[in-house]
Amino acid sequence: MQVSITVNGEQRTDEVEPRLLLAHYLREVCGLKATNIGCDTTSCGACTVVVDGLSVKSCTVLAVQAAGAQVTTLEGLAGADGELHPVQKAFREEHGLQCGFCTPGMVMASVGLLAANPDPTDREVREGLEGNLCRCTGYHNIVRAVRSAAQAGPAAGRVPGAQEVQA
Amino acid sequence: MIPSPFEYVRVGSVEEALAALAEHGEDAKVLAGGHSLLPLMKLRLAVPEVLVDISGIPGMSYVRVEGDGADAVVAIGAGTRHHELERDEVARAEVPLLPHVAGLVGDPQVRHRGTIGGTTAHSDPASDLPTALLALGGTVVLQGPGGRREVPVTEFWTGFFETAMSPDELVVELRVPRTGTLGWGYEKFTRRANDWPIVAAAAVDGRVALANMGGTVLRATATEEALAAGAPIAEAAALADQGTSPVADMHADADYRRHLARLLTRRALETAAGA
Repeated sequence: MQVSITVNGEQRTDEVEPRLLLAHYLREVCGLKATNIGCDTTSCGACTVVVDGLSVKSCTVLAVQAAGAQVTTLEGLAGADGELHPVQKAFREEHGLQCGFCTPGMVMASVGLLAANPDPTDREVREGLEGNLCRCTGYHNIVRAVRSAAQAGPAAGRVPGAQEVQA
Repeated sequence: MIPSPFEYVRVGSVEEALAALAEHGEDAKVLAGGHSLLPLMKLRLAVPEVLVDISGIPGMSYVRVEGDGADAVVAIGAGTRHHELERDEVARAEVPLLPHVAGLVGDPQVRHRGTIGGTTAHSDPASDLPTALLALGGTVVLQGPGGRREVPVTEFWTGFFETAMSPDELVVELRVPRTGTLGWGYEKFTRRANDWPIVAAAAVDGRVALANMGGTVLRATATEEALAAGAPIAEAAALADQGTSPVADMHADADYRRHLARLLTRRALETAAGA
């Protein structure tokens, strides 16, 4: 069936099978490979993207459920001039990654976290990212990165060209 | 993991949903947030031929007080997502157990998608919100070809993934008594942050409900009777596992679950009592 979705600010219409998962749609139909598929069971959060302002695990959403929605992936975070989003910058500066596999999901979940709580404590960051697993257990610098990103103000909780992330 | 092929029907009203369910019968499943159903479909444990997506029906997400005084109830639209319930001001003032528990379901991403109607219809005995609903009392409002009917929560969950609903009915609302400033407690035991409870206990107004202590969420009736007869909390909580039939799995054997049921019931009752 036909589905129209706005992906990273660009509206597109594609013919998809109803059973196509949003994660597969983004990777294979749109060619956006930043969104990783980790556990494929709604546990690890590697496939987290923002749909209509809310972080979701794209392995557990059908592409057809996102019809009419605004979807933002990691590729959509940086500005048109290539300037990194405050959360991307902070992950880079604080080295909030080890192997990098969980990073796209961590970054997208962090944007959602900072939208709901612009100045979280360490504990609030850890609880707010409970849906994202780092297989290297590199949580310490991830928490530092999110707290550092919070210093950038409200921009850290926003996705470009779309409505504010709600929570 | 990819689900088996199915036909996808997106409906714009409860009437359209009921028509689709009437047409497809047991071959159809209702899709709301999809966070219970899609994982089962990906594992091919559920293989529906038709998915009826009700998430686009307007007006299914609300929390409001209906009626006055002792008869007043809090009505919650079946399409209310967990993150909406968690933050809802009416819910927090009138029935605070429910938004607290909504905030403990899964993780933020799951709470952004899952709905109270979906978790109610799914009937997983390890679900948080049904445990809270069972402790609160109240009813599940169903709409079917013959109109609306209300089923008490004590009669709604009939077995593992089984309910008192017919395949041609839809959960449209949950109705629970206002508890206002009455004390309440919820104790959830997990090994990992975003897991289902290994056991959980909800306590409010002399009632206690347990998660994962049998084929459905269930009430700790021996504890409730002891409390009603004036027993102290420690004595009543020691009866919490009576009449339950917990399973053994990789997380806990049955005896450990019984221990948890007694312990978590005591803690939940103490929190409810302000002790």
